[in-house]
Formats: sequence, structure tokens, C-alpha cells
Amino acid sequence: MTIGNARSKMAGYAAFALATLFAGTALADGTVNIYTYRQPELIQPVLDAFTAETGIKTEVLFLDKGLEERILAEGQNSPADVIMTVDVARLTTAKEKGVTQALDDATINANLPAEYRDPEGHWFGLTKRARVVYASKDRVKDTAITYADLADPKWKGKICIRSGQHDYNLALFGAAIAHWGPEKAEEWMKGVKANLARKPEGGDRPQAKAIAAGECDIAIGNTYYVGLMRTNEKDPQEKEWGNAINVIFPTFENGLTHVNISGAALAKYAPNHDNGVKLIQFLSSHKAQQVYAEKNFEYPVEPGLEPSPVVKEFGELKADTLPLAEIAKNRKAASEMVDRVGLDDGPAS
Amino acid sequence: MTALQRIEDAPAAGAKPPQPLRVKRNRHVPAHLLALAVSACVLLPILSLAYVALSGTGEDWPHLIANVLPGSSITTLYLMALVAVLTSIAGVAGAWLVVAYEFPLRKTLSWALVLPLAVPPYLAAYAFGEFFHYTGPVQGLVRDIFGFQTIRDYWFPDIRSTPGAAFVLSSVLYPYVYLTTRIIFLMQGRNIADVARTLGAKPSKVFWRVLLPVARPAIVAGVALVLMETINDIGAAEYLGVRTLTFSVYATWLNRGSLEGGAQIALLMLLLVFLLLAAEQWARRRQRFHTGRATHMRARPPRVRLTGWHAVMALLATCLPVLCGFGIPMFVFGQYAARRLEQFSSPALGQAFLHSVATAAVTALITVVLALFLINAVRLARSHTITGAVRLASIGYALPGGILGLGLLFALARFDNTIDGFARAHLGFSTGLLLTGSAAAVVIACAIRFLALAESAIRSGMEKLPPNLDEAARSLGQTPARSAARVLLPLLKPAIFTAAVLVFVDTIKELSATILLRPFGFNTLATYVYENASRGVPEDGAVAAILIILTALVPVLLLSGALARDREAQM
Repeated sequence: MTIGNARSKMAGYAAFALATLFAGTALADGTVNIYTYRQPELIQPVLDAFTAETGIKTEVLFLDKGLEERILAEGQNSPADVIMTVDVARLTTAKEKGVTQALDDATINANLPAEYRDPEGHWFGLTKRARVVYASKDRVKDTAITYADLADPKWKGKICIRSGQHDYNLALFGAAIAHWGPEKAEEWMKGVKANLARKPEGGDRPQAKAIAAGECDIAIGNTYYVGLMRTNEKDPQEKEWGNAINVIFPTFENGLTHVNISGAALAKYAPNHDNGVKLIQFLSSHKAQQVYAEKNFEYPVEPGLEPSPVVKEFGELKADTLPLAEIAKNRKAASEMVDRVGLDDGPAS
Repeated sequence: MTALQRIEDAPAAGAKPPQPLRVKRNRHVPAHLLALAVSACVLLPILSLAYVALSGTGEDWPHLIANVLPGSSITTLYLMALVAVLTSIAGVAGAWLVVAYEFPLRKTLSWALVLPLAVPPYLAAYAFGEFFHYTGPVQGLVRDIFGFQTIRDYWFPDIRSTPGAAFVLSSVLYPYVYLTTRIIFLMQGRNIADVARTLGAKPSKVFWRVLLPVARPAIVAGVALVLMETINDIGAAEYLGVRTLTFSVYATWLNRGSLEGGAQIALLMLLLVFLLLAAEQWARRRQRFHTGRATHMRARPPRVRLTGWHAVMALLATCLPVLCGFGIPMFVFGQYAARRLEQFSSPALGQAFLHSVATAAVTALITVVLALFLINAVRLARSHTITGAVRLASIGYALPGGILGLGLLFALARFDNTIDGFARAHLGFSTGLLLTGSAAAVVIACAIRFLALAESAIRSGMEKLPPNLDEAARSLGQTPARSAARVLLPLLKPAIFTAAVLVFVDTIKELSATILLRPFGFNTLATYVYENASRGVPEDGAVAAILIILTALVPVLLLSGALARDREAQM
């Protein structure tokens, strides 16, 4: 090969590479653009159902952090129509940062109970997940454990939990602060820390794995993971983890269990405004709620709609009535408390 | 003399009797300004972060000082110290053993020692976590051998700790030290060692008193790269539960809703980096004394053949890093991938692969061109301002990718919206988001992040050349640009190749900036893995993880081969 030949070949590759990179997405009519903190695979089943029903195509951009900052930076040119995320604090943050817009839609308001949506229509809760106790089937005979019990020294060296700085734990701690006040909540957190079997690590699933392996007896985790593990046909060991534990619904003094939500919001600049509204309408509809329940093992927010049979086996969820906004408000205090107590340093220090 | 002063000198120089050298340099004022402009662009994300930091109130600081920073600073420094020691030992020992001794598998190991470079730290962290976990093969074996029944029967070191994280990071980062050090040993180590030995020095004394000092600048350059990667790492630290400063940046930004506070910590971290760069600069300055003619020695003494337990020790010392940094991740992800072979043919994965390769290739091209230009500008300018600006341009490498990406996002989006505003107002149409709406933003972010790598590799190559080489060409009437192109470029080929490979591989591995800046439908292999991993099922990303490692492996092997051929040519 001559040098000239090689050069022109290189130029060809470079041109191809550039073309691949700069081919922006065509924003045709009939699409809706979604910025999401929820993993694409989790929302794909509902989005597919949406496209099948309306013919509107969905474009999904998954971000792990900085979603609000990105929309703010993009400003009026932002392509985002709908924001999807888990955790109520993330929804309220999106509203506070000004990347959402109000939506007053009769269909949506009729579908979703008022306690699971923003009073001004800036965000809508679509599914519920309870933060519960995973208890070893072999080693734990208790059938009822309250949140307060987790600080009881009888569990010393027996509790596993993921990082205290994770959204799900911050929401639980935020709820504890709301119920008990900051001082009692901090005492409680110190008690939980003293009871840990190991340094907080991994996601919720690895806590079940740790119980199956005998590292700890109880753990704190979300309900839907149990459903996902027990039905995992691909990795048989996950089934074992899921089947090694019982789900116990812990309660606060009011006898109710902490729940968090996943939800959606209409983005501030939404270039495809109407399609965005249609998507949120669809997500709140009976059809979508069923998909959420069956495929993701989440609790639908639609009143009266049953969760999946796998989830029903856990027992009956009595969701806390504490306003979600209050939980979100305590997020910063909860995060600072985790640092102060040193929850993530584990039991030793 | 600064560039500005030189511009002011220009008319004076013209008025005086001819001063050929000076006039020639003045011709390159545009090039100097361009060098400054490039450096400024590279600093753009940091400047925009600084803007965010300055807009903060400082209300986060009482909490940070009381509960966060003391711990995370100590953790970060401890982690850096451990990683520096571990990577130096693995890198230098490996380089010296394969260059100076003959033992079983030496030839294979001399390239295999580079393999861990292909493994991103966040994947290594997951693999090590599984491998050394209670339910993993290692502890299972321990229980079988000693007959333990439960976790409470024995003690096992926890991989989710600062030393554990240092072990993980060192296992995949030591090749930087190995690569830089091996070149020096190959070029002159054995010749110098033989001179010392003929003078009666013992082998151990030769190593400590002669070789190590000669290799010191190369070791420091390698360790500096390793430490920058250690500082900017978030994936491994987060997974292993190690609360570094980078972790605090994210916790402050995301959990306490203070981007300003996060930016303030990030800027504070850059102080650490300044110290690192200063140390590296200082160590490299001495290099000029050592390099030069030794490269032209023709005859090379044969390698010392090791036998018996010496050979076994050498084999162990060179095998172990490869088995840890490459073997463990391949073993863990290979198992999961084997159950999901059908994914290899999935169109989404194929597209992610294409995106990864295209992004990496373009980024490598851009960084190499920029690095060559900047280095040459520094050589010709001999000005502290330009040297300083260019060196400063490399600190982007030490910023966590997500934070750098965020700074860049603000800057680029402002650029896009300004152009769009102008077009709407005066031309009657919208240009939309030119950069942040396309993958251009991803390429720019990677180029800014990894310019330091290209610059470091090419600068090392440049420093090995006698400084008067292109001056000879210039004295024959060539312009500096032409003499650089005709004389220096061919000699720099190996360094340029090394630079391109390092940037290519790091871009393939890049995750946090890419995930923040990519447009719709743009998955790279790394973001593909992450989308699965963050759902708590990294197993589903195993095929993509293997593909990342294999894709990065190709250029790494080419590089290893090229370095070996270089040596043959010299022999």
C-alpha cells in the first residue's frame, strides 16, 4: 500500500467517524423526548405500550446525575419534554430548580390520588415502593419489626444496609426525622450503626445476598427488588437470595410503612408539549399502571389496583400518610446526619 | 520573557540592525497566541466551575469542615500514597525483570504486563468485589481448606476499604509506570548497569544506586498519571465505599443540593494536583542530564538467565500484576458473559461499539495534534507564560469526569445558545444546540480530559531527543514549522503512537462525562454497561464490559508490539 493510499483511507475513516458523531437526532413530529434518572430498561415496557397506543415515538436519554443542570444549561433550546425519576426529593428538586412546568390536566388528576402529586402540578407520582426489612427465613423468627426496633441492641452485628447517602435511605431517614424529630432520629441512627454487620455497601440486592450468605440476619431494602430476584430466570443464584428472605413491613408509631415514589414531570421548555402531556396521561392510566405492577413489581398508585401476585405474597402494605413533600424537605438534614453519625463508616468506628 | 513582551519588541527589532534569530521567533507570535488560546479552551470547564464556586455562599462549610473534609482528605491522601507505592513496585519491578533477566514466559509477560490498562477501574472494582467477597471463589477456597462454617469463624481482609481500593486501582493503573519505566531501561538501563558492573558494583547496588536514579523521572511521570487517575476516580471509590474527596464533591452536590459547595471542594482538590504537577516537573527537569547518546549503543549484553527459585520469584513478580489487573476482571465478567452470549449480536451493543470506537479515534487524533502543537510552541517560545499555560492545561485530567463534564456543559451550552440567539435575531432561523445537542460535546470533553495523557507521552519522547536536532535544520534555512515536521515528527513516531493509544484506551473507558453530555440515542460501551449496573445488575452489562476490555486491548497490544519492535531495531 502506498502512503497516499493509506492517507486517503485514513481520511475516509475519519470522515466516517465524524459523520457518526455529528449526526444529531432528528426531532420529527410525533416524538416525545424523555430525560430520565430511571434506567431505560425499567421504563421501556411502558414506553413501548405508549407508542403502540398513540403512535408517538419516544427518545430516551438516561442520566445518572446532573439532569436538572443539563436542562438549565440548555435553556430554551432544551429538547426535554418529560422528566422521569425515582425518589420524591429528586422530583421536588427538579421543581425547585425551575426545570419543570405546571400541568393541570383533568385526566391525570382523576387518575392519580392527590397525595402522590404536586399540588401545583409540577410532578406526578406514578409508582410506590416500600422500604422494608428483608429478614432471613432461617435465622429470624420475628414476624414484626418496627423501624425503631432496628436500633435495638438485640440486633447487634446483624443488620446490613446500602450506603446511608443513597436516595432511598435519605428518604427513609427524612421520614424518621419527620416522625421523631431530629434528635431522636439521630439517636436511632447511632443505634442502627452500632448494629451493623458490616460497612454499608452495594445496592439493595446485595443485602439479600449477604443474608443468604450468612453475613447478616436482617437488611433494609425496597420491595420490588425481592420480586425481581425471585423471578430472575437468568441467574439462579438471585432466586436463591430472594427466597432466602422474608419481607417484613416495618412501621412507625402510626402503624404505617415508609413509601417513596417514582414519578414524572413536564419539562419547562417541552418543545413537544402536547406529546409530553399525552405521555404523562398514559403513564397515569390503568394500562400503564398494570405494566408497572406486573413487570417492575412496583405498587401502582392507582387506587384499588392490585400489585403483582409475587408482591402480594409479602403481605399487605399500609403506606405512611406522611406528606411526601415533608420527606423531601428533610433530605439535606438527613444527609448531614449520615455524615455526623458516620453511618457509612460501618459498625467499628 | 513573556509573549506579550515579545510582541512589543517586534517593531524595535525591525528598526535595529538585523537580528536574524529574533526576527524568526517573532514570526511565530500567532502560534504563541494560538497556544495560549488552546490552553484557555482546555481550562474552560475549570473556569466555569470556578464561576459556580464563587457564586456559592459558603454555608456548606461548617458541616464540611466538622464532618466531611478531615476524613475524606486523609482517606484521599492515604489512598494516593498506597497507590503510588504499589504501582511503583509493580511497574518498576516488572520493567526491570523483563528487560534485564531471562526467565520462563518472559517474552509473553513483557507485553502481558500492559493488559490491565484495558480494564476501567469501575469494572475492576466490581470484579474484585465479587472475587474476594464472602460468596466468591477465594473465600470459598479458604473455608474449604480450613473447614470454616460461617463468616464469623475467620477474618478475611475487606476489599471495601481504603487499602482494598488501593489494591484495585493499583492493579489496573500500574501499567502507566511499567510503560514509562521500561522505555528508559530499554534505552540505557543495561548499558549503564554494565559499566557499573565492570567497575565492580554488585547487582543490587547497581539497581539502587545507578538504575533507579536514571529511571526516576520516568517513574515519577508514570506515577503522576496514576495519581491523577486515582484522584478523579469515582466509580471504584463509590463501589468500594471509600469516602474520598471526589465522593464528597458528589455528596455535597447531589445529596445536600449544593452544586456550589461541590465545586468549591473540586477546586480545592486541584491544589493537590498542582503539587503533583510541580513534583513531576521537578523530577523531569533532571532528565536532561541523563538522556542523549546512550540510545546509540549498538552492542547489548545478553540478559542474565535466572534459574531455580530466582526464576520462580521473577515469574511470580511479573505474573501477579497481570493475573490481578486482567485475570480477575476477565474471570468474573467472562462467567456472566458466557451466560449471555446472544447479547454479542444485539444491534444496540453493536452501535455502542461503533460509537465508542469513533469517539475514541477522533479524540485520539485531536489530542495528538493539539499536544504536538502545544509542545512545539513551548519549545520555540521558551517563554514561562506559555510553558506555564500549557502545563496548566493538563490539570483537567485530574478532575472527576462528571464534574469536568458539568463545567464544560455550562460553557458549551452558553456558546450554543449565544450562536442560536444570534441566528434567530439576525438570520431568522434557529441553529439549536450545535455542540451540546450532538456528540461533539462528548468528544470535546474527552479531548480536554485526556490532552494531558497525549502531552505527557509526546513530551517524554521529545525530551529524549537532543535539543539541537531541529536547530540544525533551521540553520539550513528551514522554518521552525517545517523543521519540526520534517525532522522531529519522524523521530517522534513511537511517542505519538503511544500518546494516541493511551488516549484511545482512556476514551473507550470514559464514563461520567460521556453520560452527562451525550445526545439522545448515543450509547458507548461504557454507558451501556452503566445503564445496567446502576439498576443493580452489572451481570447484564457483562458482555459490554468484556467488549470494552477487548476493544481497549487491541491498541494496547499494538503498542506493546511496537515497543518490542523498537527494541529489536535498536539492538
